[in-house]
Amino acid sequence: MDNAMTIPSPPDLRVALGPLALANPVMTASGTFGYAAEFANLVHLNRLGGVVVKGISLEPRAGNPPPRIFETAAGMLNAIGLENVGVKRFISDKMPYLRTCGCRIVVNILGDSIDDYAALAGQLSAVAGIDALEVNISCPNVKNGGVAFGTAPEMAAAVTRAVKQETDLPVIVKLSPNVTDIVVMARAVAESGADALSLINTLIGMGIDARTRRPRLANVIGGLSGPAIKPVALRMVWQVASAVSIPIIGIGGIGTAEDAIEFLLAGATAVQVGTANFYNPGATEQIIDGIADYLRQQGESSVQAIIGGLRLGA
Amino acid sequence: MPEHQEKSIVQSIERMSPSVYRLTLHAPLIAGEARPGQFAMVACGSTLDPLLRRPVSIHQCSADGRLQLVFKVVGRGTQLLSEIRAGQTLDLLGPLGRGFRLSPGPVALIGGGIGIAPLLFLAQSLMQTGQADGSCRVLLGAQSGEDLAPLAAGFETLGCDVELATDDGSLGRHGLITDLLPAHLPNLGKVYACGPHPMMAAVAALCASAQVDCEVSLEAHMACGLGACLGCAAPGADGRYKHVCKHGPVFKAAEVAWTTR
Repeated sequence: MDNAMTIPSPPDLRVALGPLALANPVMTASGTFGYAAEFANLVHLNRLGGVVVKGISLEPRAGNPPPRIFETAAGMLNAIGLENVGVKRFISDKMPYLRTCGCRIVVNILGDSIDDYAALAGQLSAVAGIDALEVNISCPNVKNGGVAFGTAPEMAAAVTRAVKQETDLPVIVKLSPNVTDIVVMARAVAESGADALSLINTLIGMGIDARTRRPRLANVIGGLSGPAIKPVALRMVWQVASAVSIPIIGIGGIGTAEDAIEFLLAGATAVQVGTANFYNPGATEQIIDGIADYLRQQGESSVQAIIGGLRLGA
Repeated sequence: MPEHQEKSIVQSIERMSPSVYRLTLHAPLIAGEARPGQFAMVACGSTLDPLLRRPVSIHQCSADGRLQLVFKVVGRGTQLLSEIRAGQTLDLLGPLGRGFRLSPGPVALIGGGIGIAPLLFLAQSLMQTGQADGSCRVLLGAQSGEDLAPLAAGFETLGCDVELATDDGSLGRHGLITDLLPAHLPNLGKVYACGPHPMMAAVAALCASAQVDCEVSLEAHMACGLGACLGCAAPGADGRYKHVCKHGPVFKAAEVAWTTR
């Protein structure tokens, strides 16, 4: 009994993204964690706040020709081309395993038209074991793909409304950083009924091989991710958090608990770990433990206490 | 067969030739489960630049937890890796991918350059399991004798029949190692190849016309090695992309869309 009293209770890591309650704020970012089974031997999936699966389209997509990736200074470029198995095979082949993971399952959806997004939302709403949808309006890789939705506020708003109309699941809209003012996009989506925002997707970049004078990616341009983009992501999360009232999921170069905490202080309610899953498969669990350690050190009993806790001024 | 993220201990690092190194590691989890043709993702540095692990094929391993990796310095990641010293730890992910499928009967192993590295592990397995019916022909090539000799060591003591070729003629036959294959094809049940793409394309074509089974080990840039990033796509003969990390790195030669590049 005496012993029990000297052990402080562990910090409360629970957060809520609107109607979506998470055991802790650490999720995996779409496209960096497959359909979770790929990491089953390396990560205790039931410890994660949530898994966001690889983006799903109505029909399977083959993806881009290689080379698809190129390493840059503290980052990487990718032009995978939205390769995925399509919604039918996702439901039949991938969902049975995902239901056993013991954490929140968020399905990232992408399409070429508003009708595509609506149809995906409708089909996935009928599937057991899905906790939320994340709408990818920002992937820059496919020429006729989502890029227009992610850069035009009225289009982003229309997609959000269409998805909300077709589903009762919580809807997260993932924003592109490749815009003049991300706050305009965030407001448009929030006013259209999104339950939460996730940001940022990759920054469009390019690599060139000087020796061969050829582009590093077959697609020529691709999305930059990894530690290199963290300051940009942090700035955008802070700006959006200051402008909208719905919860935000911070994404961009998060590889350590300290990175994650910076996003929480900037106003994010949760975070997604992306590229770090590639170079350190244990990153997510280390971040969860690290956030708890930080809260203990700071004398906080709950992670809620630090969300938006950035100190400004003297 | 589960993958492990394992902090291995460097036992030694040897320079085999000007740009090729052999790492001997204590990595019991990975060594205990690795099969010929599988690979490990190696964290080459301790900082965020270079960011990604490098895929390195498994050269040899033993039941006492010893794992050997042979790699060539081709860029910043492998340069950093060559600077590691005995006693340091090296973060590995492995064993990864689908290795060679051992099948009974007389076989040939054909390797070019650094592609020879995983073939020693394969030769050991073939000879130890008696799969090759005591007939294991090994054809190895490289640019020069200086490159080839250290990589070719170890096959003869296993009982393999070894033939060598070099581009500059300084060791073995002067020319391409693929030139030595046709004479043996009528007597072979299977050919295993690992090396530069043009070499494997030539081997695949020779085996196809002789109707001999052929497996090849492909190389690709990859970020995760786990089938998650989908970065290591290689065009398949069926018109679909294969992922080198998960569907491979070893493929049936007939599964691959060969290009002349």
